[in-house]
Order: sequence, then structure tokens, then C-alpha cells
Amino acid sequence: MDFPILTYMIFIPLVGMVVVMTMRKEAHNAIRYTSSFFSLVVFVLSCILAIQYDSSIPDMQFVENVSWIPSLGINYFLGVDGISVPMLFLTGLLSFISIVASFGITNRVKEYFAFFLLLEVGMIGVFCALDFFLFYIFWEIMLVPMYFLIGVWGGPRKEYAAIKFFLYTLFGSVLMLVGIIALYFYAEPHTLNMMELIRRNSTYGYTFQLIVFAAFYVGFAIKVPAWPFHTWLPDAHVEAPTAVSVILAGVLLKMGTYGLMRISYPMFPEAAVYYSIPVALIGMIAIIYGAFVSMAQKDLKKLVAYSSVSHMGYCMLGLAALTTAGWAGCMYQMFSHGVLTGALFLLVGVLYDRAHTREIAAFGGIGAKVPLFTGIFVLFGMGSLGLPGLSGFVAEFMTFIGAFNSGYVYQWIVIVSILGVVLTAGYILRMVQNVFLGPLNTRWEGLTEINGRELFTVIPLAVLTILLGVWPKPLVSMISVSIDNIVKMITG
Amino acid sequence: MATLDHYLILSAILFCIGIFGLLTRRNAIGVLMSIELMFNSANINFIAFSKFITPEALTGQIFAVFVITVAAAEAAVGLAIVVLMYRNFDIVNVDNINFMKW
Amino acid sequence: MIEYSYIIAFLPLLSYLLIVFFFSKNNKVAHTVSITAILASFVLSVIVFFEVLANHGPHIFEYEWISMPGFELPLSLYIDPLAAVMLLVVTIVSSCVHIYSVGYMHGDPRYPRFFSFLSLFSFSMLGLVISGTFFGTFIFWELVGLTSYLLIGFWFEKKVAADAGKKAFVTTKIGDLGFLAGLLILSAAAGTFNYSEVYHLIENNQIPVIFITAAGILMFCGAIGKSAQFPLHVWLPDAMEGPTPVSALIHAATMVAAGVYLTARIMSIIVVSHSAAITIAYIGGITALLAASIGLVQNDIKRVLAYSTVSQLGYMILALGCGGYTAGTFHLMTHAFFKALLFLGAGSVIHAVHTNDIQFMGGLSKKMPITSKTFFIASLSIAGIFPLSGFWSKDEIFATILHEGHWFLLVLAVLVAGMTAFYMFRLCFLTFTGKPRDEHAYEHAHESPNTMTYPLIFLAILAVCAGWVGIPWLHHGYASFVYFHHPHHPEPNFALMIIGTIVALAGIYLAYLMYYKRAIDPVKMAERFKPVYTFLFNKWYFDELYMGTVIRFTYWFMEVLFRFDQVVIDGFVNFCGKFGLFNSRIWMTFDVYVVDGAVNGAGYITRWFAGGLRRIQSGAVQNYAFVIFLGVVLLILFRMM
Repeated sequence: MDFPILTYMIFIPLVGMVVVMTMRKEAHNAIRYTSSFFSLVVFVLSCILAIQYDSSIPDMQFVENVSWIPSLGINYFLGVDGISVPMLFLTGLLSFISIVASFGITNRVKEYFAFFLLLEVGMIGVFCALDFFLFYIFWEIMLVPMYFLIGVWGGPRKEYAAIKFFLYTLFGSVLMLVGIIALYFYAEPHTLNMMELIRRNSTYGYTFQLIVFAAFYVGFAIKVPAWPFHTWLPDAHVEAPTAVSVILAGVLLKMGTYGLMRISYPMFPEAAVYYSIPVALIGMIAIIYGAFVSMAQKDLKKLVAYSSVSHMGYCMLGLAALTTAGWAGCMYQMFSHGVLTGALFLLVGVLYDRAHTREIAAFGGIGAKVPLFTGIFVLFGMGSLGLPGLSGFVAEFMTFIGAFNSGYVYQWIVIVSILGVVLTAGYILRMVQNVFLGPLNTRWEGLTEINGRELFTVIPLAVLTILLGVWPKPLVSMISVSIDNIVKMITG
Repeated sequence: MATLDHYLILSAILFCIGIFGLLTRRNAIGVLMSIELMFNSANINFIAFSKFITPEALTGQIFAVFVITVAAAEAAVGLAIVVLMYRNFDIVNVDNINFMKW
Repeated sequence: MIEYSYIIAFLPLLSYLLIVFFFSKNNKVAHTVSITAILASFVLSVIVFFEVLANHGPHIFEYEWISMPGFELPLSLYIDPLAAVMLLVVTIVSSCVHIYSVGYMHGDPRYPRFFSFLSLFSFSMLGLVISGTFFGTFIFWELVGLTSYLLIGFWFEKKVAADAGKKAFVTTKIGDLGFLAGLLILSAAAGTFNYSEVYHLIENNQIPVIFITAAGILMFCGAIGKSAQFPLHVWLPDAMEGPTPVSALIHAATMVAAGVYLTARIMSIIVVSHSAAITIAYIGGITALLAASIGLVQNDIKRVLAYSTVSQLGYMILALGCGGYTAGTFHLMTHAFFKALLFLGAGSVIHAVHTNDIQFMGGLSKKMPITSKTFFIASLSIAGIFPLSGFWSKDEIFATILHEGHWFLLVLAVLVAGMTAFYMFRLCFLTFTGKPRDEHAYEHAHESPNTMTYPLIFLAILAVCAGWVGIPWLHHGYASFVYFHHPHHPEPNFALMIIGTIVALAGIYLAYLMYYKRAIDPVKMAERFKPVYTFLFNKWYFDELYMGTVIRFTYWFMEVLFRFDQVVIDGFVNFCGKFGLFNSRIWMTFDVYVVDGAVNGAGYITRWFAGGLRRIQSGAVQNYAFVIFLGVVLLILFRMM
């Protein structure tokens, strides 16, 4: 590969950020269009990457490996496989959409978009990096813009939410750092090359694996967020501006599961097997628990936030199953949840911009007033509750099958987990009914229909949801070879 | 016939006048002129010593030329500062120039 | 043609997309597109039917859907005689309902949307019928559930309608959990979802019976939900809040019958597992009795029909549980026609008098001759009167139960037949005969437009004749067509036929006495059996029971968990944060007084010294020069001494 596409993807947003920072403060529209242009370029590159990617080879592709700090063995080492390509595509798409969705921001526009582009640098970097040092740098780079995006442009309790988010994730990162350092010194000769560390996974002692796996697990689980590390999520979501919620739910949460798939499981296969039942149980608890708690929510955004907890539970369950189908289900769920929840947050944002409230009980019957908006919302709601024909169903089904075929204990876990399906239906329908159906609450006589720009942001996601639901083959074939490779390596 | 002592005495007298002026003048130009006096007393010393102690070498004279050059530069910078002071703040009195003082 | 039979399903989908994207504002184009699509599907179904008639198949066509190392999830077409019959039934009823809706929904503000939903439903239902894997069936199974939800809540401004939609969706979803679990067990035990492969494995005893039983019963749970069987029957009566054509199509003829269809599809499982068969048979029997008993006393014309539907579905399930593949699916077919007819007739009545309550109707036969005649025909058919179609299918069910030797279930079934005849004719007499009880409504009543009456007439013909294909003496009739490879039905039994007819006639006669002749006063009867009447009138208190237990528990539990989340988990996180702050405050105190104290102390001392020394630092250069001068003089003096 002559053209270093990954490097371009990482650094184009950075260039964009610099450009935005040099622009005049008052030139709001210019700033908006410039940043959307840069993110569009990244999105186009991610499309090219997805097309160029050869899904029949399990190895890393588009590899760039340059020595960076030779004395510590640190390399500028990038590469992608079937796990990262869909995530990069999702990141490219959601970043672009979120930036377009942020056009409504009027306060400190320049800083906002600069931070957003910086965030994109971090996200893309995490999904490309194959060197621990680089990975950690990108991982931490994301935190800073996220902190400011929530803390400056957020809702009434933004400081609390931002600090909670920052400290909580930092806590996770530190554990991860400990794990990285432990690995570095354990491996002989010392290296931070992730591929090399995976290759040597049979040389790590059993106890060492158990301890370091746990450290990494907590680090990633906080990001996922897996039960019981999830409480930062509702607060962060409720306070964050719409577009930030989209990124948070759509991309940031996936980094946790991505980390587990890329690092924890392949590097510590014995620990992965040892911990598989607890992880599956955590997934199960998250599914049921998240669904119940979602049902109890009165705030639309919080409901969607808790539903994320529930949906990410499926990922954990699929991961723990250690079967190809389970992992593919997890991967599919990561992608599908990114699309669905991203869209739901966008739509909640659309409603909030008009109504200035997110309280479910305050609405009622607006379906008659805004039929198009209602139709789209119901579409994504249905996707979220796992209706066949939409992406969520494929993911859930593959996860369940993968886990069910994994052993006796899993069968019981899955049988309990599928209760989550009906609970999800319960809370989604309750929400749809209370917001859209029934007699029209006269307070919303003046509610206006979703506008062109907002439509522009959700239509691609709607198309993607339906496409993934009726024709899963492209995504499945993209991920399956890599996943099969990793799963085979773990289970031996 | 003037001997070395005469020169040295002249030089000492000039130097004392210079010191006195330096310590007592409040006018910046006066201070500068006093400094010039001290320079010149040193020059007289240089040349006198050169003439009476080592008549074959020209070291003293060369030094004197150096000192004159430096003195000229110093006078130019000093006068420039004084002129600017006068223009901007309307003062030449060194006591009043204390803007830099904390 | 048969290899392209997926087109049958995709035509309505195309219509749905066209209406949604292009004709969502144009009533006329919308219904034209929708009706054209379903009629085309009907024509294709007829072609497929004749092809299957020539070659029974099953015709299987497989398509790759998900394929990865170690995991395949294909979709397929599976056209066997049963599927061909179902295709016909669904497209016929659906076409009738489409045409009928042109009149019934006239003037509705969301008219195009209604037709788009009808098309979407037809797509899902046809897809369900032709799907060749349990997995594919499940996909369409959920999709029909969705369209049912959308159509029940079509008039969502009415809170009851929105509630009913939600109730229907969630209740059937509970059944679907079973279906899903059954699928998972099947995947673990058989490793495939294909009908043909599963049947093959079962026939060759390659799956342990325990798995078969578990998978069978769990998948049947899906049927319990969808076909509104006990204990998940509660949603169907409420679903009557939807527009009447929808009730006819979805909640009478096709979607609710999907459960029966699924049960027929897992027939080979039922045959192998005795316990699964017994469970299914009893659930069907209980449902039939339960629903019929409630139907006796209801006053809402559509709800009576709804309970009748539940009861008849119970019959079908009962027959299937007794191994009556033919009987169950045969009744499914005949029932689809006469029940659709009944609903459409009821819709015609409601359209005329604008009320659902039969206590406010009466004497309508003069005003609505076609509706009343067709309604009577359908009622006779459902009551099982010779030689209408209901007679043949019901008799087949009785014969099957007898054949299996379940005496208790047979008595129950015959009893239900009598109750069915009674409540149907109660409905007929109260609606169409006697004196009008609401003069105002009666005055305004009128026969419905042709678009509504033609489908009624057409369906009436089918309600009479459709059963003739299954006359037991017919050698190449329905039974030999649908059954796996050879003719299958129990011996015709004259005694049963006569008993069935007598019971039905008795039911009709009782209704005649009570509601036509008024020889027995229904009100007094209700008074005399007050506890029973109240119990039945309140639908055995099932709604209250579920409200008080399951739903209440769910709400309670959700609150508890939310509290737990807020107080314990988030509390712990916040405690960590607060503890950190508290800790930092302690260290801050130490820092301020001890560590910083030392630093500041050093600073203070320095400053104190400096305070003295600063006096020397006058800043006057001349002073400094003077000091320097003095210093030099002193040095010189010192040197000289």
C-alpha cells in the first residue's frame, strides 16, 4: 500500500482543527462548513478503506510501521483488520453526521468544532493503532475534548457530568496503563507492539494472565460501560449536547468492546476462558438490568442512555461465548447499536430543540402533528427492540445463537437474557406511546416537522439500519475471517 | 620640565572633579560630562605612563584611543536617552527618572 | 413460476414502498397500487397452486443470507401443498379486505397510510407462508406482529387504540420469547433451521426426544402468543380497537392463524413427542372453551367475533395437538373465509350505525339485506350446519379427536360447538332481527357501497363452498393434498356428524328462543346466574389478574432496580468521588499548615530580612557611586598603610 490512508485519516481532522483554530471567531458558518468538509474527507477515506479492504485475509492490512522512539521500542505502527474497518467506517460516518448535527451550536462555535475534530483524531487513532504507546496516546487524547464538550456545551449539570466522565474513564485508563506496563516488562525482549504481544500469548504465565486481564477488563468495561461501571453514562448523556451524545454512544462505547476484542481476549486466551462465565453473567445482568432501569426513566435521553447499557450487554454476552457466531454478533451489535442509538439521540435532540424538554410525560399524541418525525423515530425504536428486518435483530440473534451453542451454562444465561427482548419491547413501546400516541397534548400544537438538515443526518443511518437488517452479508463477510482467526486462536 | 608626577597630579585632579560632579550633579548631562572628565583623566594616565615608562611601545596610546571611542559611544547613547527622556517626560533630572523602580 | 414465488410476497412490499415514498398524499393512486399488487399476488398464487397440484413437492429454494466460517444462516423458500393453500387463503382474504377498505376507510385522513400498512402486512404474511426455515418464519412472524401493532393503533389518537396496540405487541412478544428459545434449542440440537433438514433429522431419530419436546413446546409458545391461546389470549379482544378490515384480515383470517400454521409446521415434532402433543391439545381445548364462554355474554359485536376467533383457533390447535394435520389446517382455511366474512359484515354494520354495541342495533336486515344475508350464511357456516364449509372442517376435527381417543376433549369440543352456535345467532338476532332498539341509528342506517358488499358476497360463496374440497368421501380432496405424502384423515363417522349438527341446532334454537322469540328473558337469565354472568362478562378476570401480578411486579421491580442504580451503584461512585474530596481536604489541611507552613515560613523570614535591607537599596545611582568611591578610597588607604 503506497498511499498511507490510515495516517491521512488520523491527521486530516488534526489539520482541520488547526485550520478551524486559525479562522475568525465570528465566522460561524465558515467554521461549520470547514469542519464538516474535513470530516467528510475522513468519511470518504473510510469508505475507500472499507471498499479496498480485502476481507478474505485475516492479517492486518494497510500496515504502516515506522520506528518512533527506538530506545523504548516504540513504533508508529498502524493497521486494520475486520474488527477495525467497520468501526472506522462508523466513526467516519458518525463524526460527519454529528458535525452536521452540531450546526445549531451558537456558543463558542470555533472551540466546539476544534474540539470535535480533535476528538475524531483520537477515535480514529484508537481503531488504527497497533502499538500500545500509540494506542494509549490516542485513547487519552479523546478524553480531553470530550471533557470540554460536555463541560462547556452541556446541560445544567454539565460540570458534574464532565468530571464524573473524565475521572471515571481516567481511572479505567490508569488500570489499562498498569496492564500495558506489566506486559511490557513481562515480555522478553520488551516490546509494545500489540501484534508481537499477541503472538507471544502462550508464554505468559497463568496467574499473570488472570491479573492483567482483570486490569484491562476493568479499563475497558468502564468504557463499554459494562454493569456495574455504567453510572457515568446516563449523566454524561443527559448533560452532553446532542452530537456529543451521538459520538459517545456511537463510537466511544465501542472502544471498550473493541479493546476487549483487540487486546484482552487475544493476549490472554487462558484468562479469557477462565473469566468467560463471569463476563457472560455480567452481560446478562446488563441486558435485564438495563432494560428494567430504562423502563423506569422519565427523561427521554436517559431512557436511551440506559438502553445502551442493556444493548452493550449483548456485546459482552457474545464476547464471552468465545464462538465465531457470538463474536460476530457482538461486532454486529457494536455497529448496529452505534447506528441505532446514534440516530435515537439525534432524534431526541431534534425534539428537544423544539420542545425544550425531554420529559416523556410532557409529550403525548405528537404523532399526529409530526408524522414524518414519528415514522423515523418508530423505525429506530423498532430497530432498537430487535425487530427483524432491522440491524438490531441480526446482532441479537447471532449473539444468542453464538452464546447458546457455547455450552450448558451459557444456555441458561441466554434463556434468561432473552427476557431482555420483551422488556426492551416494553420500554420502547411505552415511550413511543407516551410521546407520540394518544390524544394530542395541546401544548404542542405549534410543533414543527423535522427539517431538511436534521433529515439529512438521520437518513443515512436509517438506510444503514435497514440495509444491515435485510442484507447482513457485506458486514458479516467483512468481519468473519478476522473474527474466526482470533476466536480460533483463543479457543485453540 | 614636566615629569611623570605632574601628569599624575593633573590626572588625579581631573578625576576628583569628575567624581565630584558624578556624585553631586542632578542634571543628567552634567553627570555625563563628569564621566567624560573621568575618562579623560584615565587617558592622561595611560599616555603619561606610556611615555615615561615604556617609550618604545605604543600600548598606552592605543588604549587611550579605545577609551575615547568607547566614551564617544557611551556619550552618544547617554545623550540619546537623555534627549528622549526630555522629549517624552520633560525631565533631565536623574532623581526623577525612577519609572523602572519597583 | 414456482421458483420465483417470492415475487408473490415482494409485490405487496413494492406497493408499500411506492405508497410510502411516492403516493403518500394521493388516495386514489394509493389504493389502486395496493389492490393491484395484492391481486397480482393472488393470480401468481393461483399459478403456484396449480403447479403444486401437479407436483406436490416440497419445492425448496435456498438463498444465502449469513454465511461465515462455522456458522450458516440461510433463508429459503419452501412451497408445499400447505403453503400453496395458505398463499391462496391469504391472498384471497387480503384482496377482499383491500377492496372492502376502499369503502370502509373512505374519508380517513390517513387513507394512503392505511393501504401502505395493509400492503406491508400482506408482504409479511405471505413471506411467513413461503419461508422455508424456522428462522425465516420467525423474521416474518415478528413483522406481522409489527404491522398488527401499527394497524391496531392506526387511530392512535384514541388512547384505547394505542394501548391495545402496545398490549398486542408486548403480549405476543412474550410468546415470541418462547419461539426464540425454541429456535436456539433447535440450533443447538439440530444445527439447522431448514424445515426439510429438521424434519429429516427428526424422522431419523437424530435428535434426542428431550430436545424435540423442549423445542416443540417453546416454539408453540410463539403460536400461543400469536394465535391468542390461553394464557396469552388477552390481547386479541382489545385489538378490535383497530379498523374493522384490519380485524378481519389480521385478527381473524390470517395473522392469528399464523400460530396454527407454525404449529402445523412443527407437526413432525408433535408427532414424535407425546408430551408436547398433549400440552398443545389441552391448551387448544381450554382456549376454545374459555373464549366461547366469554363470547356468550359480550355486547360489542367485534369482541364477540374476537372471542369466537380465539375459540376457533383453539379448535385448530386442539386438532393439531391430536395429530390432525389435515383437520387443523382445513379448519384454518374454512375459518379464514367465514370469519373474514363475519368481520367484514360487522364492519358494514358498524359503518352504518356507528356503534359497536349490539344492544343498540336490531332490525337491520331490512335496511342492509346483503350484509345480513351474508352474515347469516357465515354464522351458519361457523355453527357447523350441513353442508356449509364449517360443517366439514369441524366434523374433521371431531373425528380426529375421537380417533386419538381423547374423550374429555371431544366432549369439550362438542360443547364449544353448541356455545359457538348460540353466541353467533345471539349476535345475528340481536343485530338484524326484531325491533330497532336505537331508532336514531336505525334511521340513518343504509346498505354499504358496492366496494364493501361485493367482497361480502364473494366471501359468502367461499364460506359455503370452500369446505367441499375436504368432504371425507372425496378421494383426492384436501386431505390427500396437504398431507405429507399420502391421504390422511380419520374415517368419516356419521354418529359424530349427527351429534355435531344436533348440538349446533340446539344452540341456534336456544338463541332463537331468547333473542328472537323472547320466550326466555335474557336479562332474567343473567340475574339468575349472576356470579357466572359477571365472571364471564369480566372475561374471567384475566386482565385484572395480569395487571395485578405480572405488570405490577414489572413496574415494581423496575422502580426497585432504578433506585438500586441510583442509590447503591451510582451512590458508590459518588461516594468514591466524595471520599476522594474528603481525603483531599484532610491532606489539604496538612498541606496548608505543615508543608506550606514551612515554605511560607522560609518566605516570611526572607522577607523580614529584606525589609531591613531594602532601606540600603535606595535606587539612587549616585548614592551607590558614592559608596563605591568611598570603598575605593578606603581600599587605597588600607593599601597605603
